[in-house]
Amino acid sequence: MKRLLLVAVAAAALTLPLWAGGAYYVNLASQVMIAALFAMSLNLLVGYAGLTSLGHAGYLGLSAYISGWLMLRLGWGHGASALAALAGTTATAALFGLVALRASGISFLMITLALGQILWGVAYRWADMTGGDNGLSGLTRPNPFGIDLAAPGHFYFFTLVVLTVVAGAIAMWVRSPFGASIRATRDQPRRASALGFNVSLIRWITFVVSGFLGGVAGLMYVYYHQFISPHSISLANSAEMLLMVIAGGPGTLVGPMLGATLVVLLKNLASAYVDRWVMLLGIVYVLIVLFLPGGIVAGLDRLGARLGRVPAAPRRTSEATPPPGATEASR
Amino acid sequence: MPLQRSSFARSAALLALLCLGVAHAADEPIRVGFLTVRSGALAAGGKQMEDALRLFLKERNDTIGGRKVELFVGDTAGQPAITKTRAQELIERNKVHVIIGPLAAFEALAIDDTIRSSETPTISPSAAAEDLTQRRPNPWFVRAVGTSAQPSHPMGEYAATTLKYKRIAIVADDFAFGHETVAGFQRAFEENGGKVVQKLWSPLNVADYGTYIGQIKPNVDAVYAVFAGGNGVKFLKQYGEYGLKGKIPLLAGMTTVDEGILKSMGDEALGVVSSGWYAATIDNPNNKRFAAAINRDYKQDPGYYSIGAYGAALMLEEAVKAVKGKVEDKAAFMAALRNVRVANDPRGNITLDALGNPVMDVYIRKVERQNGKLVNAIVKTYPAVSQFWTYNRKDFLANPVYSRDYPPAAHLEK
Amino acid sequence: MSFWLIQSLNSLALGGVLFTLAAGFSLIFGLMRIANLSHGAYFMLGAYVGLSVLDQGYGFGWAMLAGGLSVGALGAAVERLVLRRLAGKTLAQVLATLGIAFIIADASLWIWGGDPRPVSAPGFLRGAMQLFGLTFPAYRLAVLAMSIAIAIGLWLLLDKTRLGVMIRASVDDMHMARAIGIPASRLFTIVFCLGAALAGIGGVIAAPILSVYPGMDADMLPLALVVVILGGLGSLAGAFVGSFLIGFIYSFGQVLAPNLAYFILFLPMVVILAARPRGLFGRPMA
Repeated sequence: MKRLLLVAVAAAALTLPLWAGGAYYVNLASQVMIAALFAMSLNLLVGYAGLTSLGHAGYLGLSAYISGWLMLRLGWGHGASALAALAGTTATAALFGLVALRASGISFLMITLALGQILWGVAYRWADMTGGDNGLSGLTRPNPFGIDLAAPGHFYFFTLVVLTVVAGAIAMWVRSPFGASIRATRDQPRRASALGFNVSLIRWITFVVSGFLGGVAGLMYVYYHQFISPHSISLANSAEMLLMVIAGGPGTLVGPMLGATLVVLLKNLASAYVDRWVMLLGIVYVLIVLFLPGGIVAGLDRLGARLGRVPAAPRRTSEATPPPGATEASR
Repeated sequence: MPLQRSSFARSAALLALLCLGVAHAADEPIRVGFLTVRSGALAAGGKQMEDALRLFLKERNDTIGGRKVELFVGDTAGQPAITKTRAQELIERNKVHVIIGPLAAFEALAIDDTIRSSETPTISPSAAAEDLTQRRPNPWFVRAVGTSAQPSHPMGEYAATTLKYKRIAIVADDFAFGHETVAGFQRAFEENGGKVVQKLWSPLNVADYGTYIGQIKPNVDAVYAVFAGGNGVKFLKQYGEYGLKGKIPLLAGMTTVDEGILKSMGDEALGVVSSGWYAATIDNPNNKRFAAAINRDYKQDPGYYSIGAYGAALMLEEAVKAVKGKVEDKAAFMAALRNVRVANDPRGNITLDALGNPVMDVYIRKVERQNGKLVNAIVKTYPAVSQFWTYNRKDFLANPVYSRDYPPAAHLEK
Repeated sequence: MSFWLIQSLNSLALGGVLFTLAAGFSLIFGLMRIANLSHGAYFMLGAYVGLSVLDQGYGFGWAMLAGGLSVGALGAAVERLVLRRLAGKTLAQVLATLGIAFIIADASLWIWGGDPRPVSAPGFLRGAMQLFGLTFPAYRLAVLAMSIAIAIGLWLLLDKTRLGVMIRASVDDMHMARAIGIPASRLFTIVFCLGAALAGIGGVIAAPILSVYPGMDADMLPLALVVVILGGLGSLAGAFVGSFLIGFIYSFGQVLAPNLAYFILFLPMVVILAARPRGLFGRPMA
C-alpha cells in the first residue's frame, strides 16, 4: 500500500509540468521543494536529535550570500562559488554547534535564535559587502551540463533531483546505526551516555550536517530567486521553517515535506482567495496542535490505520512517550 | 479548382479570425497587476497606494483609453521572496499587461530579473532606490516617484544658502533609503559651505529614540531627520519630550512628515522644514481636485504613497492613449511609457528622463496648522529637478551609488 | 557628564519597559515550563485595547485596566482550550503559541488598521522634567516607578499570599505540590491569566514610549526572551535585574558600538548562555 502511494507520488512529481496548469504552478512546486529541503535539514536537529533551533534561516543566508557575492563581485563560476558557500556554511555550523550545544532546551533555542539574529544583523549592517537591505540582485542560475535553468520546467527537475538525492541521503543516514544513536540521545540521553555513546559528539555531528544541508537548500534558494536580502534570514523565516517541521511531523522522513507543502501552498494559494491568510495559517497551526498532535504525518498514519483497520504502529517522534519495555523501533 | 477555392477559403477564414481577434482584443480588458503591501510594517503606505489607485479607477469608471481595466492585487507582505511569487502570479497566471508596483526598493530589486525576462512593463509608484534608474536601469521599468536623493539635494542647498546653517547633525533610519537621502543632502549642503558634524543611524525597528536624541551635539545649528514609515511620529514626539524642540530647529526628509503620518502628529511637528516633490497644499486645479477627493473618500490628505500610485496610474493612462489602446504590442507600449508627458498630474507637468525617472518640481515645505489641521505649506519651489540635481549626468553615474559611507563625511566631529 | 546621565536615565526607563514585558513571560515559564511565544502579541494587543479606550475619551488608568483584563481573559481562554495539554511538549507549545501569535497579529491589523498609532501619556505626565539640569521626559520616570511598583506587587503576591505559596511550591516541585493537594490545573489557569494580563498592562504602559504599530509583537518577543533567559528562567528577581541590565547594554551599546547595534543584545546573550546556560539567576531545571 505504501509502495503504491510512493509510486503514485513519484509519477505525479515526474510529470508535474504536464498537469500543473502553467508556469506559475511549476514555479510554486519548485518553491515547495526548496522549502522541503530546509524543513528536512532542520528536522534532523529538531525531530531526530530533539534540539529545537530558531536560527536555521541563518544557513540559508550564509550559503546564499557567499555564493552570490563570489559570483557578483569576484566573477566566480557557479560550481566554485557553490563549493565555497557550502564550505563556509558548514564551517560556521561547526563553530555555532560548539557554542550552542553547551545549553539545552530553551537555552539552546535562545542561543540559536541569537546566532541567527547576529547573522541577520551582519547581513543588514555590513552594507558594503552585502548590499544592506537592498541585498544582492542580478544573480544567475547555473547551467549544469549546458541546460539552461531559467525555464521553470528545467529548474523544477533540477530541484527534484536535488531533493531526491538529499531525501535519500537523509533516509539512509537515519536508518543507519548512527541514526539510531541520534534518536537515542534524544529519547534517553543519560542511558545513551551510560552505554558509552558520546552524546555531545553525536549532537554536534548532527548539528553540522543539519547546517550543511541547510546550506544546500540555501543555494537552491538563491538560484531560484536570483536575489538575496536580509529579509530571508529573519527570525520570522526561521520560525516558519520550524513550524513546517512541527506541523508536518517531526522525526519522520515525510513530515517536513508535508509541512513545507502546507505552508507554501497556504501562503501562496490561500492569499488569492482569503484576505486574512496570515490568520488562516495561525488557525491551521492551532488546529493541528489540537487535533493532530505529532503533526500531519501522525494524523495520516491514524487515518491510514483506520481505513486499513490495522492498528497503527507507535511512531517514535521526539514527543511520544515510549511504550514500556519497547526496543528501538526504527522508522 | 478545389485547391484554389479551399486555400482562398482558408485565407478568408484566417482573415476573419484575425479581425475577430483584434476586435476581441479591443473588447478584452487591460489587465493591470498591482503589487502592494497589505500586512506588516509597510501596510499603511500600501493601503494609501491602493486607495489612490482605486480612486483613479472610480473616477474613470474603470476605463482607460477606451478599454475596460481589470485590476489584480497582489499582497507582497513586504517580503522580497513573496514579491517575486506574486509578480510571477500576476504575469503567468493573471497575464497582466502592466504592473504597478512594488512598494519597497528591495522588492523591486527582487523582481528585476522577472520583469526583464517576462518583458512586463512596470511602473513603480513608490520604490525610490537610486540605482533602479541610474546604474542598473531595466528597460521595462519606469517610475512615478523620484529617487531618494532627488528632494534632498535641494534641501541641502536651501539649508546652507537660505537658512544659513553651518553645522548640522543627522539622525536617520539605517537602511538604503535613509542612506541615499542623507547622502544627497550632505553632498549639496557641504558643497554650499555647510558641515555635517554628526551622523547617527538608528535601526528601523529601534525600540525608542531616546538614546539617539541624547547623543545629539547641543551646539549644532539644526538636525536633519530622515525617517520612513511611522518612525517620524515617534522621533518627533520624543524630540519634543527631551526638550530639543524650540532649541534646535528640525529639518526633515519627505517621508518624515509625510501627510500620511502628519495626521497622527500634534504640535511637536509645527515648524519642521522638509523637502519633497509633493505637498497636499500644491495650488493647482488638478491637485485641489485630487486632495479633495482623497479627503472625501478616505478622510486624510494625500501624501507620498497616494500621489505615487495616482501618478503611476496617470502615466499608464497617457501611455495607453498614445498606443491607442493596443497594450498588447509591448515594445510600442513600453516606448510610449518612457516618452510619456502627463499634463494633468497633481504635481504639474511630469516627464521622464532617459533612464525612466521623472523630472519634477521640488518643494521646500513647512509644517503649519491651517484650519485646525497640520499641513505641509510650501515655502519655496525648485522647478524641474532631475535625479542628477545640478551635476553632470556622466560624472554622477561614474561615481559609486549613494550609500551610508558615500560620499564620505569629511567633517564629522567626535 | 550630562551625556552619561541622560543615557543612564534612558537605560533605566528602557529597563522599566522591558520588565513590564518580561515579568509575565517569566511567571508563566517558571510555573508551567511553557515558553509562551505569543507573549509579544499579548503585549501588542493590550496596547491596542488601551488605545481604543483612550480614543473613547477615558483616562489612562481605565486603559491599563482594560488592557490587562482583556488580555488576561484571552490568556485564560487560551490556556484552558489549547495549552492545557502541552506541558513539557516543547514543539507543540511552539506551534500553538506561534499560531496564536499569528492570529492575534492579523486580527489586530484587521481591527485597528496598518497605521502606526502614537499614544499620549496621561496629562499630568506629559512633557519634560528638569532633573539635575537636564531635560528628561516625565513619563519615562513614571514608567520606571510603575515597573518597580509591579515588581513589588508581584513579590508581595508570591511571598505573602497563599496563592503565592502555592505557586512557589509548584515551581519548586510540581509532583510534591500535587501530592499535597495543590490544585495544579486551576493554578495554571490563574498564573497564565496573570502573566498575560501583565503583558497587556505592560503594553499600555509602554505605548506612550513605543507607540502601537503592526509588527510590534515581532519586535518585542525577542527582547522578552533575551531578558528572561539572561536573568534566569522562572526567577522574578532575575527578570527584574535582567531588564535593567539589558536596558543598559542596549542603550550604551547603541552609543558606543553603533556597528553592533543590531545584535548588541544577542552577543552578550550567546556569551553568557554558553558560559552559564541557566542564566544569571536561574535554577537548574528539574
